[in-house]
Amino acid sequence: MPKVTYIQPNGAEVTLDARDGDSVMETAVKNGVKGIVAECGGACACATCHVFVDPSFSAQVGEPGPLEDDMLDGAASDRQETSRLSCQIKMSADLDGLIVRIAPEQV
Amino acid sequence: MPDVLIVGAGQAGMQIAVSLRDDGFEGRIELVGEEPHGPYQRPPLSKAFLHGTADIESLELRAPSFYVDNAIVVVPGEQVVSVDFSGERGVATTDTGREIHFDKLALATGSTPRRLPTEGADLDGVLYLRDIADAIDLKKRWDAAASVVVIGGGFIGLEVAAGARMDGKQVTVLEAMDRLIARAVSAETSEFYRAAHERRGTSVRLDARITRIVGAGGTVTGVELEGGEIVAADIVMVGIGVVARGELADQLGLETVNGAIVVNEFAETSDPRVVAAGDAVLLPHPLGGDTQVRLESVQNAVDQAKTAAKTLAGVREAYRAVPWFWSDQADLKLQIAGLSTGYDQTVVRGAPDDESFSVLYYRDGRLIAIDSVNAVSDYMAVRKALGSGSTIPADQATNLDTPLKTLVVAS
Repeated sequence: MPKVTYIQPNGAEVTLDARDGDSVMETAVKNGVKGIVAECGGACACATCHVFVDPSFSAQVGEPGPLEDDMLDGAASDRQETSRLSCQIKMSADLDGLIVRIAPEQV
Repeated sequence: MPDVLIVGAGQAGMQIAVSLRDDGFEGRIELVGEEPHGPYQRPPLSKAFLHGTADIESLELRAPSFYVDNAIVVVPGEQVVSVDFSGERGVATTDTGREIHFDKLALATGSTPRRLPTEGADLDGVLYLRDIADAIDLKKRWDAAASVVVIGGGFIGLEVAAGARMDGKQVTVLEAMDRLIARAVSAETSEFYRAAHERRGTSVRLDARITRIVGAGGTVTGVELEGGEIVAADIVMVGIGVVARGELADQLGLETVNGAIVVNEFAETSDPRVVAAGDAVLLPHPLGGDTQVRLESVQNAVDQAKTAAKTLAGVREAYRAVPWFWSDQADLKLQIAGLSTGYDQTVVRGAPDDESFSVLYYRDGRLIAIDSVNAVSDYMAVRKALGSGSTIPADQATNLDTPLKTLVVAS
């Protein structure tokens, strides 16, 4: 199972095994990682699962789609260059070892 | 430490349990739900689950290990059938005869689809969509069905209709009122959805009068309308609203209105030892004012549950939140923020014909809500504005060259 590491705004880290095909958001929420609120459950409707993708993975993860792009513009934490909504990043072997930083404000 | 029993293992029940632990509550927490699954997401049932892009495991709200790690006892497949709280401690009895004793009680009993009262509604193939079992039933029949009739032009019916059209089925939506989604959106948005579904090949019949469901050999074959016309159907999907499940609240003598459990801004019922949250609840408008509302949404289930958990843990924090909703129908993303009830003015921003626009709702000149279709930045701007008690001047909102977020001013 591909691994993903979450870094909290305070620096605390946790690494989880993701189910193939589950999103970075789902993996976090199901395991109780704080700071990823994800109220809409992955419908790209709430912008409360905002993460900053580690630059070393930004190419593999790719750019947000147009809808997600607009959602990120309105996210509670100002967006950064590698901002993504973690519900839109599906885990796969390609992303094994992915590192994301959780945005400090979600709602 | 007190023992808390949470009845109902849906989004709200699960969130009460999780928030209690987040808030440091150390007593026993038992979460009992009648479905044979742990807490899961309902919204994808009419979309991703139906179309095979989400399975049951992916719908889980938390991994099973999460509940173990947080000492939350989740009991699926067991229904609380009676409850007594006349003494200091209460006792609930389940359908297996098991008794659960508790000091505090949370009701997150949700709602159940309103049943079609029409002749023939018991035919095989007349379906509802609320839980995983319903979704599996629908999915099992889906591929073989050439024609789908949706009764009720609300969110769930239109989501299923959109999916059926994408899969090439012949689709008819029958709506009793003179417009779609009439309870939730303005006439402008309703008309947009009628036209948009028609453009995608769905037949939308407003003011439809259904006389009976017809079938052969016990299986549905169509829906008969007033005048005798029969619309052919391999599946009839009924989405005509939900009824709050207040049976246990009634047993406890709590105040209910049409089954909905009345709570205050702290999610307390008329017995302060009992809290309630989610679809089953009638609550004070979460942005203030004198009105009471029912909110059938994930957002309300989650946010109100957090308030209920605080109350159970002895922390007084009034529920205040901007209600928001979404509905994905084909490639149309509807996002709603605020409650438009009581509006006296609407402003349309953008062009509905381009399938990207918003309707802003005002009362006494103050912004109260927005419907956005494929217009995410409008929605996000208004959601933020409502949360901070701000407004957007109606006369400026139509200018598409100016992002709404730059027009937000104190109200």
